[in-house]
Amino acid sequence: MTFEGIGASVRRKEDLRFLSGNGHYTDDINRPHQLHAHILRSDRPHARIGGMDTKAAAAMPGVVAVYTGADMQADNIGGLPCGWQIHNKDGTPMAEPMHPVLATGKVRHVGDPVAVVVAETKQQAKDAAEAIAIDYTDLPGVATLREAVAAGATAVHDDAPGNVCYDWHIGDKAVVDAAFARAAHVVKLDLTNNRLIPNAMEPRAAVGEFDRTTGDYTLYTTSQNPHVIRLLMGAFVLHLPEHRLRVVAPDVGGGFGSKIYHYAEEAIVTWAAGKLHRPVKWTAERTESFMSDAHGRDHDSTAEMALDAEGRFLALRVKTLCNMGAYLSTFGPAVPTYLYATLLAGVYSTPAIYAEVKALFTNTVPVDAYRGAGRPEAAYLLERLVDVIAHDTGLDRVELRRKNFIPSSAFPYQTPVALQYDSGDYEATLQACLKASGWADFPARRAAAAARGKLRGIGISTYVEACGIAPSAVVGSLGARAGLYEVANIRVHPTGSVSVFTGTHSHGQGHETTMAQLVAEQLGVPLDQIEIVHGDTAKIPFGMGTYGSRSLAVGGSAMVKAMDKIIAKGKKIAAHLMEASVDDIEFKDGKFTVSGTDKSKALAEISLAAYVPHNYPIEELEPGLEENAFYDPKNFTFPGGCHICEVEIDRETGMIHVVNFTAVDDVGRVINPMIVEGQVQGGVAQGIGQALLENAVYDAAGQLLTGSMMDYTMPRADDLPNISVGTEVTLCTHNPLGVKGCGEVGAIGSPPAVINAVVDALKDYGVRHLDMPATPQKIWSIIAAATPKMAAE
Amino acid sequence: MPQVSLTVNGKAHKVEVEGRTLLVELLREKLGLTGTHVGCDTSQCGACVVHVDGKSVKSCTMLALQAEGAKVTTIEGLAQADGTLHPMQEMFREHHALQCGFCTPGMVMSAIDLVQMHPEGLSEEQIRHGLEGNLCRCTGYHNIVKAIAAAWPIMHGKAPMPVAAE
Repeated sequence: MTFEGIGASVRRKEDLRFLSGNGHYTDDINRPHQLHAHILRSDRPHARIGGMDTKAAAAMPGVVAVYTGADMQADNIGGLPCGWQIHNKDGTPMAEPMHPVLATGKVRHVGDPVAVVVAETKQQAKDAAEAIAIDYTDLPGVATLREAVAAGATAVHDDAPGNVCYDWHIGDKAVVDAAFARAAHVVKLDLTNNRLIPNAMEPRAAVGEFDRTTGDYTLYTTSQNPHVIRLLMGAFVLHLPEHRLRVVAPDVGGGFGSKIYHYAEEAIVTWAAGKLHRPVKWTAERTESFMSDAHGRDHDSTAEMALDAEGRFLALRVKTLCNMGAYLSTFGPAVPTYLYATLLAGVYSTPAIYAEVKALFTNTVPVDAYRGAGRPEAAYLLERLVDVIAHDTGLDRVELRRKNFIPSSAFPYQTPVALQYDSGDYEATLQACLKASGWADFPARRAAAAARGKLRGIGISTYVEACGIAPSAVVGSLGARAGLYEVANIRVHPTGSVSVFTGTHSHGQGHETTMAQLVAEQLGVPLDQIEIVHGDTAKIPFGMGTYGSRSLAVGGSAMVKAMDKIIAKGKKIAAHLMEASVDDIEFKDGKFTVSGTDKSKALAEISLAAYVPHNYPIEELEPGLEENAFYDPKNFTFPGGCHICEVEIDRETGMIHVVNFTAVDDVGRVINPMIVEGQVQGGVAQGIGQALLENAVYDAAGQLLTGSMMDYTMPRADDLPNISVGTEVTLCTHNPLGVKGCGEVGAIGSPPAVINAVVDALKDYGVRHLDMPATPQKIWSIIAAATPKMAAE
Repeated sequence: MPQVSLTVNGKAHKVEVEGRTLLVELLREKLGLTGTHVGCDTSQCGACVVHVDGKSVKSCTMLALQAEGAKVTTIEGLAQADGTLHPMQEMFREHHALQCGFCTPGMVMSAIDLVQMHPEGLSEEQIRHGLEGNLCRCTGYHNIVKAIAAAWPIMHGKAPMPVAAE
């Protein structure tokens, strides 16, 4: 048998159905007698709704119903809930304005759902929506952080004065101020983290269904966490108990965070199906995705580092404004606080850190976690700041990093911003990446590029992130309104094949393969005898889903725990069958052996005895071989590493060509190297996208200017280089697999490496910093301003 | 309602469609061939690429009525009757050129046309340029480029199909 366990680059079990057109995505689902919903959305950033006339629309061909916010209010439908409560500096809770499913009274962003038309066909629903007349009175809008925080700014919500959601801080201000007072140097940098639109390739979709004979609802939805949707929608919005509501998230075409949240459309189709006694389906058009999927990032920050005369970091002071959008999305408030500011130590032993974060409402789409979620913002701020320190002080940027690294001997390492890193070796990933990227030979490549008339630059970032979220008690004390454990049910069938029911969800990560490898390793069952089942609340006991690179660290650990129970029970059955003491039974490679003898029973023999218990210790042991486990992690996990990027810039056009990209990451134990490499490459592609191409742009009033794939620059194959990926391993010390997580590292480490390379390429033009995305226009303007003669030609 | 007659994956169909029905809507909604996907509304993403008379076409950019008399191949029609995958499908699997699978059908159909158009050889730069009309958000394209490069010699009879790993 080929080796299929931990460490093998097994080809993916899920690929055959995706490659043959047999994937089963939400929009592929059609239910008998199904109706179609079209959502009418606000085309204005901010307006009062005077009145709505839906009569003409209701009379259009095929139209079954037209609903507005008033209809939902009449049915006592709740607002969309927020899952995390942040407290202000003074201890008061954040502002948490109502987020109606369909807008009532006011619309607050372009894309805000206003009404829904349900018709026999999609086209009929869409046609009828155009006949709805709405009496809008436009109000001034605020789109940017600067506008939202300005004195006298328009209020997005009456119950959020000054547009402030919260004004939060972390760290010891007095200690930091004292360190700044005695610093030899202080280096300051203002920077923005550009707003991004996730754009998973599959647009969101939802199908609601109601069975009037049982009163049961089913929702098929493009979700990363069906149990969370069931909980939020059932308990807070539709007031349905869990046993009346089944949520199915089938194959999901990418998520990157944007499919974590409970969205209005899920509640709309489920509620409408109940009212109409027919299934109701909605599928987003891409334009709707742009104006209704939660966006990511959008920070304005000022960072200051205090240094001693040798370049050691003494203290870091950060002030950040972050955009919440018009309403609070499910986890929005947690991202710029506990997933961002707690990472501001980075890989450095900076002894004192103080960060203030002010979250603001604006007339824009809600902002929430997008691949990396807070950690890319922290890594970008720190790694740009370190390069600027090197620029301002003349210190070597690699040596400056080394001088301030947390040494590998210092783990577990308590940072001044709450987190305790369990393991890592930043020097190891740095060394490996410097070597793999040919850092030392760069001057020759720069000279060769110069001879061809190109500007060549190289950039580095060394980063750490926190994932595998997270210990329930810890996040609970920080404001989470949920536990963040994970659940596994392992069923060994009578003939020895295995079904795993996991509360995590795969939307590209390859869990059907990686998780099967865990079972192959621990139970010795061949891969083709193992199925991984996810995405259905009717099948899986419970689960918190997939985000924050938690599936293996938390979900995989739950599987290990459940398999331990399987083995423990199997030993008792084996002891009975082989007339030995339980203590003498060993389990290895799928066999229970009486130690020191050649007597053994295969797992399949034990499972058969468990389900056909003729000769069985029935007095002390129940039949069957199936176990559940809930695993609550003891800490976050802390992947980290080093990314190096090399760019060439065309002086005439400002075009940036990424010529080399090297990532060396420590993601803990690697289960499937092929899949890890693919995850890192995909993350790096999104990071290069953020650094060079992608930007969500609103005009001053709040109109979304980048509302389609013709306006928002998605990275294409010819925008990207080959991405070289390496790994160095330090094991996570607190989960049974030693795994850390690999889904987000690529998007976290890469943006600063790219911008550092661009700034390096432009060093002869006096560039100290430039904001993302580094578009050709921006670069050309810098070059042109420095060399007016060249621009004139 | 007007009718369109066409052959899809070797099977003849005569279907009533609205004048505004797109080819992709015909395939997904009338014929139940849901392997072809819709990822955008501006003909940017390429998730809907199929072959019309042997050439790759974005099926969201063509009216169903324009396919009158055409031979259409979708992702469902690529493998042989016994289930043997097309070399491009096999190389995508071998090189981990897909993650969520949503862009994959369009990516595979475009890639096959790209390889067929270049019997003389296909550089990495040509592959990347040739994929401009297909968006993937998961892979960073690295492994897609590798898979297409590996499929080229097999499709042009210069290398045998490797025995699938695992």
